[in-house]
Amino acid sequence: MVSLIDAVELAYWQQTGIKVAVILMVIPAGAIILGYVFLMKMMSHMQSRLGPMEAGPHGVLQLVADGVKFLQKEDIFPEKADRMVFALAPLVVLISTFLLFVVVPVGPDLIVEDLDTGIFFALAVSSISVIGVLMAGWASANKYALLGGLRAGGQLIAYELPLLLAVVGVVIQAGTLSMQGIVVAQADGAIFGFDFIGNPFILTQALGFFIFLAAVQAELTQPPFDMPVAESEIVGGYQVEYTGFRFLLFFMGEFGTAFAFAGIASVLFLGGWWVPGFDPDDNILNWLGPAVMFGKVMFVAFLIFWVRFTYPRFREDQLQAFAWKVLIPLSLINIAATAVLKVVF
Amino acid sequence: MPQLPGLVKGLGVTFRTMLKPAVTVQYPHVKEEPTPRARGVIALKEENCTACMLCARECPDWCIYIEGHKYLAPPRREGGKPRQKNALDRFDIDFALCMYCGICVEVCPFEALFWSPEFEYGEHRIADLLHDKDRLNEWMATVPDFEPYEAGSEMKPKKVPR
Repeated sequence: MVSLIDAVELAYWQQTGIKVAVILMVIPAGAIILGYVFLMKMMSHMQSRLGPMEAGPHGVLQLVADGVKFLQKEDIFPEKADRMVFALAPLVVLISTFLLFVVVPVGPDLIVEDLDTGIFFALAVSSISVIGVLMAGWASANKYALLGGLRAGGQLIAYELPLLLAVVGVVIQAGTLSMQGIVVAQADGAIFGFDFIGNPFILTQALGFFIFLAAVQAELTQPPFDMPVAESEIVGGYQVEYTGFRFLLFFMGEFGTAFAFAGIASVLFLGGWWVPGFDPDDNILNWLGPAVMFGKVMFVAFLIFWVRFTYPRFREDQLQAFAWKVLIPLSLINIAATAVLKVVF
Repeated sequence: MPQLPGLVKGLGVTFRTMLKPAVTVQYPHVKEEPTPRARGVIALKEENCTACMLCARECPDWCIYIEGHKYLAPPRREGGKPRQKNALDRFDIDFALCMYCGICVEVCPFEALFWSPEFEYGEHRIADLLHDKDRLNEWMATVPDFEPYEAGSEMKPKKVPR
């Protein structure tokens, strides 16, 4: 953070404190924005209704009201529940979300930690959430919760692979695992010598983008991949015994993760914070970058939620077959093609 | 991939619906225009009722309570027999039980029961949903005229007794 933070000379622990505080604000803010804009308003309009209209203008404060309602509810533990695991499970899910934000850059200097293995770290910590989900399913001492937890385990493992393999194509093309490096690679790229918009990898990795979004959809356990929480058959899966604040944590985890993955997708495929016409090191991008990133995040989130509100649920076998028979072979082909073309050009 | 065109079409449907205005009516702020023969509340034309009990007997919910008595009316002509007539003492409909099937309105042979589209008669106490015959009479003012049948129909629309 050359110009923004060094100007005030903060100690390491002070910088860390600021970074943690920012992420702690971004997760609920992102969850509320996605929840309001897409879950409440866009879904309602896709179903030809208005959604919440009473709390604030056009119901903008509805999620705040819901949050307050959750805080007022009784904190119920099932009688046979493994109390400690039950209490920890939502936190494990939320920690995975929290760690995802560590490597999402929103400007040349605006990143919590520019790890050299950024995208690898992101994919690794995103799989921590499955442990929280399994913990919740097991500790609830409930058949539906256990079924949901195991379904979630099977699904997240199956879709972890295409998620990772889709990213490999981008990494081969960019030649780096660092999130900042991937943004710069796109900014420095050129399409047949035309370099004004750089080379956003969605053009060359369109297949990868599709596979990534499908796998993200499954990671978020959103329809059509919502077998683990299928409310019409296992009444919410691993979330069934959770009430009040702990349920709110699951909600924030889901939508915070959606926000983070939308950010990662915009970094990997849409050029991240870079604005055409600027040098990637330009300090002005520290101000423009977050706005550009926000726009791209909303666009990717729109795609994710559009699919969510359109398709019905996959059956369990269809779900597994789609991962193993369609997405993984496609992503392997994509990797092979990318590698060959990388060597040829 | 035979499913692909359908999947894309589905995305198109939701997207187009999103751009169209929603059909929701913001009820407490905006009142919906009820359809002409909407089943809101049942109105009673008391003078037409003969306490024949057909409606109460046909009611699937048994939500109509009728009590009446017979009395002798003076003969129409000099030297005739006094006529026996039915007087209506009580006609209550319990809208807490009513399921708005409309069988009573259909079955009434004397044109004493009518549908009114009024629907804002919620109460805080469930017992207050029992409308007595005076209350049912008041609803008569809100009964709309029958719409004419479509062109070419030989049927004449029924008249609402006013």
